[in-house]
Amino acid sequence: MIKGIPFEHIMIFSTLLFFIGVYGFLTRKNLITILISIELILNAVNINFVAVNVYLYPEALEGHFFALFIIAIAAAEAAVAIAIFINLYRNIRSINIEKVNEMKN
Amino acid sequence: METYIFYILAGAILIFALLSVTTRRVLRAAVYLLFALGSTAGIYFMVEFLFLAAVQLLVYVGGVVVLIIFSILLTSQINDRLEQPEWLKVMATMLLVVVGAGLSLFVIREYDFNISETAMTAPTVSDIGLKLLSYGPGGYVLPFEVISILLLAAMIGAIVIAKRMKEND
Repeated sequence: MIKGIPFEHIMIFSTLLFFIGVYGFLTRKNLITILISIELILNAVNINFVAVNVYLYPEALEGHFFALFIIAIAAAEAAVAIAIFINLYRNIRSINIEKVNEMKN
Repeated sequence: METYIFYILAGAILIFALLSVTTRRVLRAAVYLLFALGSTAGIYFMVEFLFLAAVQLLVYVGGVVVLIIFSILLTSQINDRLEQPEWLKVMATMLLVVVGAGLSLFVIREYDFNISETAMTAPTVSDIGLKLLSYGPGGYVLPFEVISILLLAAMIGAIVIAKRMKEND
């Protein structure tokens, strides 16, 4: 528990971070910047898990492990996503999301 | 003192996140993401989750961001600026985000959190290791093994996808 910080302030902070990520996810058109927004969203979720663990259930460690597993899955997801982007760039010379539907044909 | 450090870190994370989703240069977006994730490790240090903070620095800052920067260098011209999103789209997204954030903040304000009085004892690395490999109640050995399979599958998948197809050339 951080001295002098109410639980609500951490929740407000992580909510704002989450919705900044959602804003980027919906307005961006470049696939890499969309991936960056997803990382921000996952980061906000991690902060939330850790805060709930520390403030509400200090005798347990579940939030800590959930955050660890989320970091591991985010790393795997980023690796596969970037492999797809590079392959896409090789084939259609663009990673703009509006041109990606050419993959359908 | 700790109070100020937390608010400085939180403010820095929010500002870097905002810059990261609004800047028009894609490499700068990645660098702002690096700063936001690094400051998040500072918050984990403040709640004394030292192992989690180290993992955050190693995997996110040292791995994911470097991977993103490499993919930016491979896929875009460094001087290109991203196109500005349409005004209408920005407005619609802004509305959605403000409504969503308002709803969440309202729920946070109204809900009566049952805050525990006991201080948390910081988990040591041996606690974490024993819990991760324990198969008793509340043990994490199954997710741990599933994650290892997932990482292997992701590694093979990334290699197969990124490999240049011979017949396409």
